[in-house]
Amino acid sequence: MHYSAAFSQAATSATAVPTISGSRHVGALHSSSSSCTLLIPSKPINLRFCGLRREAFGFSPSAFTRCSNSQRVQLPSRRRFKGSNVSASLGDNGIPKSFDYDLIIIGAGVGGHGAALHAVEKGLKTAIIEGDVVGGTCVNRGCVPSKALLAVSGRMRELQSEHHMKALGLQVHAAGYDRQGVADHANNLATKIRNNLTNSMKALGVDILTGVGTILGPQKVKFGTDNIVTAKDIIIATGSVPFVPKGIEVDGKTVITSDHALKLEFVPDWIAIVGSGYIGLEFSDVYTALGSEVTFIEALDQLMPGFDPEIGKLAQRVLVNPRKIDYHTGVFATKITPAKDGKPVTIELIDAKTKEPKDTLEVDAALIATGRAPFTNGLGLENINVVTQRGFVPVDERMRVTDANGNLVPHLYCIGDANGKMMLAHAASAQGISVVEQVTGRDHVLNHLSIPAACFTHPEISMVGLTEPQAREKAEKEGFEVSVAKTSFKANTKALAENEGEGLAKLIYRPDNGEILGVHIFGLHAADLIHEASNAIALGTRIQDIKFAVHAHPTLSEVLDELFKAAKVKDHASNPVSEPVAV
Amino acid sequence: MAHLLQTTFLPSSSPLIRQNQTHILRISGSRTRVSAKIREIFMPALSSTMTEGKIVSWVRSEGDKLCKGESVVVVESDKADMDVETFYDGYLAKIMVDEGGVASVGSAIALLAESEDEIAEAQAKAAASGSPSSPASETSNSAAVVAAVPHPQLEKVKLAEPAAVTVGSAVHPASEGGKRIVASPYAKKLANELKVELARVVGSGPKGRIVAKDVEAEAAAAAGPAASVAAAGPAGIELASVVPFTTMQGAVSRNMVESLAVPTFRVGYTITTDALDALYKKIKSKGVTMTALLAKATALALVQHPVVNSSCRDGNSFIYNSSINIAVAVAIDGGLITPVLQDADKADIYTLSRKWKELVDKARAKLLQPHEYNTGTFTLSNLGMFGVDRFDAILPPGTGAIMAVGASEPTVVATKDGRIGMKNQMQVNVTADHRVIYGADLASFLQTLAKIIEDPRDLTF
Repeated sequence: MHYSAAFSQAATSATAVPTISGSRHVGALHSSSSSCTLLIPSKPINLRFCGLRREAFGFSPSAFTRCSNSQRVQLPSRRRFKGSNVSASLGDNGIPKSFDYDLIIIGAGVGGHGAALHAVEKGLKTAIIEGDVVGGTCVNRGCVPSKALLAVSGRMRELQSEHHMKALGLQVHAAGYDRQGVADHANNLATKIRNNLTNSMKALGVDILTGVGTILGPQKVKFGTDNIVTAKDIIIATGSVPFVPKGIEVDGKTVITSDHALKLEFVPDWIAIVGSGYIGLEFSDVYTALGSEVTFIEALDQLMPGFDPEIGKLAQRVLVNPRKIDYHTGVFATKITPAKDGKPVTIELIDAKTKEPKDTLEVDAALIATGRAPFTNGLGLENINVVTQRGFVPVDERMRVTDANGNLVPHLYCIGDANGKMMLAHAASAQGISVVEQVTGRDHVLNHLSIPAACFTHPEISMVGLTEPQAREKAEKEGFEVSVAKTSFKANTKALAENEGEGLAKLIYRPDNGEILGVHIFGLHAADLIHEASNAIALGTRIQDIKFAVHAHPTLSEVLDELFKAAKVKDHASNPVSEPVAV
Repeated sequence: MAHLLQTTFLPSSSPLIRQNQTHILRISGSRTRVSAKIREIFMPALSSTMTEGKIVSWVRSEGDKLCKGESVVVVESDKADMDVETFYDGYLAKIMVDEGGVASVGSAIALLAESEDEIAEAQAKAAASGSPSSPASETSNSAAVVAAVPHPQLEKVKLAEPAAVTVGSAVHPASEGGKRIVASPYAKKLANELKVELARVVGSGPKGRIVAKDVEAEAAAAAGPAASVAAAGPAGIELASVVPFTTMQGAVSRNMVESLAVPTFRVGYTITTDALDALYKKIKSKGVTMTALLAKATALALVQHPVVNSSCRDGNSFIYNSSINIAVAVAIDGGLITPVLQDADKADIYTLSRKWKELVDKARAKLLQPHEYNTGTFTLSNLGMFGVDRFDAILPPGTGAIMAVGASEPTVVATKDGRIGMKNQMQVNVTADHRVIYGADLASFLQTLAKIIEDPRDLTF
């Protein structure tokens, strides 16, 4: 496994770009709040993130039995799923004569990559079809290059904050940047990660088939012009593209999507960002650090609608109000015309409720960050009688594709943005791994409530599980009590040493049995801190147990330590140390 | 304890913070209590270093009944967000600083009425006392509270420089003949903060858009003396309109009028600075500044002429000041302040230079303590850096003399031995209170000063 060390190193540098889904197709985390959506049909939690993980979620079914309250979790099922002849291909990596491959994955993004790696580990002969470049949105046009830009913006912000520098006793004069240099950094990073991804698959013996993949019939796929391959199982992992509402003319120069913005071809004096979700928020962080002024256009009544309200309020206080940002909420941008003939970009706004014309903005550029639409055209779904729902491929909780009549299509799965369950790169990867587990004979259902999400602003925002309103609604329905514990970064030594005391961590839990329902963090390195909570949820660890875990001092992780200790649980620790270890 | 402190509010240990913190409570008392039944709620001091606090959120709203011990408001200090609870039962009659607003420690942020009937009374009182609470703008509220606290620097303001008004000519194409205002997000934010009416600002940005610097220019113009506003007529300023003084202008005006009560006279002197310049060049690398050198020279001269360092306050007597504290006028953003080099005659030049740098930094950050700007016994004002060769300063009330220092410039000089040479010379001009300092006093002081500057060995000890 020579490559794996190299790859895991690369993987640590890869992070995520969040994007809001362009659809109302609801992720598991979302319940109500029907947003009337002409422009921003965003169900906020349909996030897309990246996580280049070789293996991610080694859930055991027994872990799930302990997460008794998760909507999505199903107890390990006794029934065998259809087409359980998988065993035929197990063991010797042997291929039944009738098939070219055990598994074909259409789409070499992060989801497809995660599935391919796990499939090889499970001994499947695997091919991956890619019609564009390996890496998909995340690596080429999303999480990865945006992290490069955000790394720059974070440093710029720090260097420009005279107050911050002075408090640390540092003297810096006139921090500046070279736009092309910043853009190159983003591009180089994407190239590097893309190569890592490609190499990791090649090294394992995954066949990379180049060309657009089309499903011709059951277990049969065409790629390129006329190459036909067969496989016992097929995974659709075609991902998504930026969603552009109608009326908006994207010219790629002054009216742009995240695809163009990540190339950073120019830094406008004033840019309007349509949509204040993850993508919009991250780009506002980049642009304001580089000197732009930003106007948010949000269809809902408040900014950052997808976040826990308390976190959203704090985030607005820190990320929006003190920066050169203003906003229009409750409005749709019905028409956006690119700049030409010396005229600026014009944006026509109407009231989201009354549909009355409200305002016209003239700005230097507009970034459309209204979410993402599934990329499923030309997949040949009609050949197997599958009808997409607003572009999304319908699937059940095991990612098995269902056809127009609601029946399962044998041997066909869909993961990632294309199914719209949870538009995050690492969710796609986890879904892919779950599918591979199933086709290799082990039933598996992914607990989407344990999948963390993060927004890489400065400071970062992260979350896992339910928001407080969602938890309270659920508690109402199921008749249990909900408690909330909070800790501030201002009480954390490491945060204060960094002079970054702004931040809040919030734990939503059941006081009766200590179950963690949700954790939301806003503060320094929140995206890295969330995993203690997401792992606890995934493994079913209760607060009364995890509060005894030791954290190094002084570290930011003590924020979560404090959080768990602040919780008041009636239950006692379930498994005290059985055997004391002397040292 | 809170009873003893007579405060209505105590910070409660919030669940946000598990660390133990000591709260030093500023006593809110009943300084301006409306009646026994209406209490003012003051911004508490949540830490020893806290000077102002920001209202994160009001947990309760106006009209709510409050019980002793209940959280009422969340305050963000320099250290943490704290829940603050009431120590009295009553009704929250009036919120004077809205969410997001900032108030200095000890200033009123709300009124607490003891009974429901008194709510109206409290509100009326709040309105009458001129504490605005317009729900429209949080900044106007917070600003009002802050403005109510006298700004230290205003006391010493002597003169406000008129600011130029930037004139933009373009009109935004989409502004529909000026009816719509196109301003960038930051320009809008600034306008709100600086209370600049955007309709009056002419944009200089792309397509005539109003950008931040236009707002800043407008604010500076508005803050300058009324005369300059009138003179700048064409730039969208309403001619012949009456512009009330800002607080700072008011302070300047008072001080200037007060200075007229002092009979002053002026004596000028030309001093050759070649030796001083050479010395400066030599020790500049050690962080010594020209300001410190001049202050030091002046202080040494004052040692020999204590009367010039005296002050006359009542017209019947005067005092020989015990220490020589040289105040030096410094222009800062939108005003003027005079940081003081205390005991300038005793400190060595390096200490003095370090001290000066520290004072200037503090002045810029508006962190000067009162004793650091109002204890001067003799003032220096230097406009040499602008190329001014001579000028005339107004004597700050309460001091004996002020020296106006011009630029040191190469000058053709005829010497007594019949030669002509080039020398660096600067002109100084001292304004003094003639009730105590007479012409001969100043003349001999200046002669001493000239000697010290022309032979500056003593400056470095």
